[in-house]
Amino acid sequence: MMSDSDKFTPVIVGFLCNWCSYRAADLAGTSRMGYPATLRDIRIMCTGRLDPTFVLRALQEGADGVLIMGCHPGQCHYQEGNYKAIRRFALLKRVLRQMGLEEERVQLHWASAAQGLLFAETVSRMTKQIQALGPLDWSRNWPNEEPFMLLQPYLHEEAAHGR
Amino acid sequence: MADKPKLALYWASSCGGCEIAVLGLHEKILDVAAAFDIVFWPCVMDMKYADVEALEPGSIDVCLFNGAIRNDENARMAHLLREKSKVLIAFGSCAVGGAIPGLANFSSRDEMFEWIYYQSPTTENPSRVFPQRRTDVAEGELELPAFWNTVKALAQVVPVDYYLPGCPPEVQSIELAVNALVSGAVPPSGAVIGLNIAVCDECPRERQDKKISRFYRPQEIIPDPAICLLDQGLFCAGVATRAGCKARCPQVGMGCRGCYGPLDGVYDHGARLLSAIASIIDADTPEEVEAVLDTLPDPAGYFYRYYLPQSLLRRRARENGQKQSAAEKTPVATPTN
Repeated sequence: MMSDSDKFTPVIVGFLCNWCSYRAADLAGTSRMGYPATLRDIRIMCTGRLDPTFVLRALQEGADGVLIMGCHPGQCHYQEGNYKAIRRFALLKRVLRQMGLEEERVQLHWASAAQGLLFAETVSRMTKQIQALGPLDWSRNWPNEEPFMLLQPYLHEEAAHGR
Repeated sequence: MADKPKLALYWASSCGGCEIAVLGLHEKILDVAAAFDIVFWPCVMDMKYADVEALEPGSIDVCLFNGAIRNDENARMAHLLREKSKVLIAFGSCAVGGAIPGLANFSSRDEMFEWIYYQSPTTENPSRVFPQRRTDVAEGELELPAFWNTVKALAQVVPVDYYLPGCPPEVQSIELAVNALVSGAVPPSGAVIGLNIAVCDECPRERQDKKISRFYRPQEIIPDPAICLLDQGLFCAGVATRAGCKARCPQVGMGCRGCYGPLDGVYDHGARLLSAIASIIDADTPEEVEAVLDTLPDPAGYFYRYYLPQSLLRRRARENGQKQSAAEKTPVATPTN
């Protein structure tokens, strides 16, 4: 059994809606609730603003997971931004599944501005799930060094030309 | 003759359609021949590697390079032609983004070899003979280029000056590039030669309020000839794809495949398509959304049909575990003869 200190500390990029979840995070902080320091939170105005590109970029650049949090359905500051997020998230999950990503790596949850505890619990739970999965390290999927057997004589030539 | 700029054309991992597209210039090909001295074009002229190697560095003025990079030979030619060419143009979607050969990034080399040389129904290979890097024959040792696990776009292997997307690039796109090169009015290096508007902007179909409750595959519906295909539930990539083709596919009732790729400033063509397609789903609860999405099989295949190697994630994850998968090594099966 690994002790807690042996486990790796995942990096989770959080996209938090300005009106609910970011305030829930504030509440968790000001209320001194304890939760793992794994979340790198980014404030967005609405989960409806979340371009799937942001999630892919986070994973590509080394995040072990992505947590998207917004207002409960029906409570969006912009009426229906979180409904757009529901649709995009569902489709994004299908694409990520095809790309071989584990289910727990990318999650969508809701927390109102009053739900600091729910926010802290969500981060704690997701941290444990990702610790169990291990690091993602996406860039290992495309090593830069491909076998270049036939190219060797040419590469020496290239070095000679200083390119 | 000696004063004319020198032109080279090469095909790496591609289908040959780009070569046909160049011939599709018809009588304009004579203008190309009049303006350029064609020094290397394996499709129509017999030349060997050694002939290219013998050229001085930078002696080719323009090289139109089509095809993705999927093995050592493709990469070798990419490096060679980069060195010999002043201007290297990624010609066609395969060179620009990996395109159809790049769909191989949804599987691994081992899986592909296993299917192609053993499991596929039309293959009879009981002794499991697989291609080898080296084979001894009476005349000596034969060598095959190493087959990569991951297909790459040209710019992921060597620096590229311009991009000319399309599967294949339309005649008007090629003319645009040829005219720019002949007149010297070239765009800044690294640019895509083409328009920076979406296919929808060129499409004559009438757009309505987009709300769809299910997707149809082309064989399931006869689309109205005047209305936007996406409005009718047919997948169309035109919303997030660069124009330049005059919306040829949508005009004949087939949704845009996305071959011209993303517009300027877009990191990931598939993510943009995903975003646009998800936004028009007429459902609010996760269960309803899932039911609509069940009618869109293989979404990643739709969104990354042409630009998977050039996307942010580039390929499907290898089998888990941090070690390199068995696919990284040369296939282990040995011939029995």
